[in-house]
Amino acid sequence: MALPTYASPLERAWHATYLVICVLVFVFLISPILVIVPLSFNAEPYFTYTERMLSFDAEGYSMRWYDSLLTTGMQNSEAVRDGAWWSDLWHNADWVKAAKNSVIIGFWATILSTVLGTLAALGLSRPEMPWRRTIMAILISPMIVPIIIVATGMFFFYSNPCAIFGFECGRLTSTYTGVVLAHAALGIPFVIITVTATLSGFDQSLIRAAASLGANPRRTFFKVVMPLILPGVISGGLFAFVTSFDEVVAVLFIAGPDQQTIPREMWSGIREQISPAILAVATILVVISIALLTVVEILRRRSERLRGVAAH
Amino acid sequence: MSDVASQLTTADGRPLKAALATAQARAKRRAFFLVLPLLAFIVITFAVPIGQMLQRSVYNDGFSQTVPALTQWFEANPKGTVPDEAAYAALASDLNLMKETRMAGDAGTRINYVVSGMRSLFTKSARKAADLEPPYMAALLDIDEDWQDPRVWNAMRTASSPWTLDFYTIAFDRERDADGKLVKVDENQRIYFKLYIKTFVVAAVITAICLLLAFPVAHLLATLPMAKANLLMILVLLPFWTSLLVRTTSWIVLLQGQGVINSILVALGIIGDDGRIQMIYNQTGTIIAMVHILLPFMVLPLYSVMRVIPPSYTRAARSLGATSWTTFRRIYLPQTIPGIGAGVLLVFILAVGYYITPALVGGADGQLFSNMVQFHMTKANWSMAAALATMLLVGVLVLYWLYDRLIGIDKLKLG
Repeated sequence: MALPTYASPLERAWHATYLVICVLVFVFLISPILVIVPLSFNAEPYFTYTERMLSFDAEGYSMRWYDSLLTTGMQNSEAVRDGAWWSDLWHNADWVKAAKNSVIIGFWATILSTVLGTLAALGLSRPEMPWRRTIMAILISPMIVPIIIVATGMFFFYSNPCAIFGFECGRLTSTYTGVVLAHAALGIPFVIITVTATLSGFDQSLIRAAASLGANPRRTFFKVVMPLILPGVISGGLFAFVTSFDEVVAVLFIAGPDQQTIPREMWSGIREQISPAILAVATILVVISIALLTVVEILRRRSERLRGVAAH
Repeated sequence: MSDVASQLTTADGRPLKAALATAQARAKRRAFFLVLPLLAFIVITFAVPIGQMLQRSVYNDGFSQTVPALTQWFEANPKGTVPDEAAYAALASDLNLMKETRMAGDAGTRINYVVSGMRSLFTKSARKAADLEPPYMAALLDIDEDWQDPRVWNAMRTASSPWTLDFYTIAFDRERDADGKLVKVDENQRIYFKLYIKTFVVAAVITAICLLLAFPVAHLLATLPMAKANLLMILVLLPFWTSLLVRTTSWIVLLQGQGVINSILVALGIIGDDGRIQMIYNQTGTIIAMVHILLPFMVLPLYSVMRVIPPSYTRAARSLGATSWTTFRRIYLPQTIPGIGAGVLLVFILAVGYYITPALVGGADGQLFSNMVQFHMTKANWSMAAALATMLLVGVLVLYWLYDRLIGIDKLKLG
């Protein structure tokens, strides 16, 4: 944004200040994320830059924290790194187990929330939908209600899901199903918001055109609607996955020792003894979020092009 | 008009009005059936659990299930009756029952919520219950003088029914005095309601800081050419997509005593090595980290509103002689109000219920109301945790309702 030529000196000074403020806010936003990346390669167990790191001495950097991520929890981490070592790693290493759990839980929670959420978004964006406002408010509420309340309620409910009918029927706490259901509920608002936003620019006459050309509703959906809203659905799914991948409070309350996820391990790492190994995990997660952000941005642009919205 | 409509018929002879109504009802049903699976899912896995939890805040059978004899006496004698020998006999028999069923601790805990220090009264008396001989009044007072405290008897009368509002009384920092009137507890014991107010104040401070920081950035993004704005937008969206725990960890690394910022300040000679500033594990740390985490939620709605404000309005104002300040105050700012409203409410709602960041970097004085709920959960004080959770939920739902009224849920956008 350039200043007009008639700007007074005072305005020029203010404009410069304004730019400085903006730069500072951007630094505030991004520096915490960037600062931990080099620190995760620190050769020393410190949380600050050592002199050797600042002088770019190769001795000051190491992969030891990444290595410790792999080996913590292994039965025989000192052994020769052969097939047996890798098998030990795959089955026993704490962070590897946590990563597997995160992916499994995230995958099923995403499938569940994306399928149900997309169906609901299709219904919600129809003009004849009854009680739209109320239903929308209910469906978005998992994003708004404080997570501690959700987790507390789910903890009681999953301890005995049939309590409302007055009998016992097992429990969902300490099971994968319980965590997946909880995460699916938490991810649904993001799917609803993203997919309804995509559908808001959807040309309803395309459906009538397909119908007039003889397509039945199912064929219309798969051949006309689905390809057009797919980018929005995938973004919604990614949002749901990230929500599950980043969720810790429901896991704290509901999951058992077998369902420990990456955030859960990080939580105990931060609470108990914060070691640079946490920074190594954090760096990996930052790389993952950069990848996800890129995918979502590409999808958003593609979706806007498909729907004929002017490119922003 | 309606006469004409009722005379019109479809090709197969049905009145058009009826045929249209049928078709519309069918379309309505179809739309609703698409939403139904998700609605059922959310109700079962989300709404019912929360409802059940709310019930716990007014239902606690820790005392009522072990006091059949006392319950009878309370029913026979109206409120305010001074406990007589029969009452003490009932109490003695119930204490015996507590001893047999090992429920004295639970019963004592329930009374302890209302009159502090009374848990041991029950466990101690139940232990000696088998040796109690008539006259029971004297025997029980012999064990502990506290048995004649009218507050204990009032508490027992209330607790003899599992349905109670006692936990809300506590949550609002009130208690019942000897006459049964509601009074405020001592200044130094006012914890819950005080923290409730503090949570809203902290959330307001965080929201205000977010607004101050987000406004210039959103304005810059909205006025820059698209290509540059998209590039800078990444700086806002990347934190938004980065794990919350990662961002909290980063702030610990940056702010702690041996952390990056303190080390820089020491290296620059601004502070001495022994004068490192305590910036984390206190309220400052909570506020800094939460502002960082919630800032994108303020920038995005502001940006989406500012982007569509035509720049010609401000140019027109300037050309009509307004100063740049007047132009901003009277032309630009009013047009950004919808974005400000959306951002402020969203950030405030999210901040009020925040749990993770205060728990990790809050230390002793940076804890918020959610952390109090969690504290009582770990202590297995279910009813107390539920009552506090309900208070928090009511606060958030009022704000949510306000958001829906003023901005509309369907205006909520991500990225």
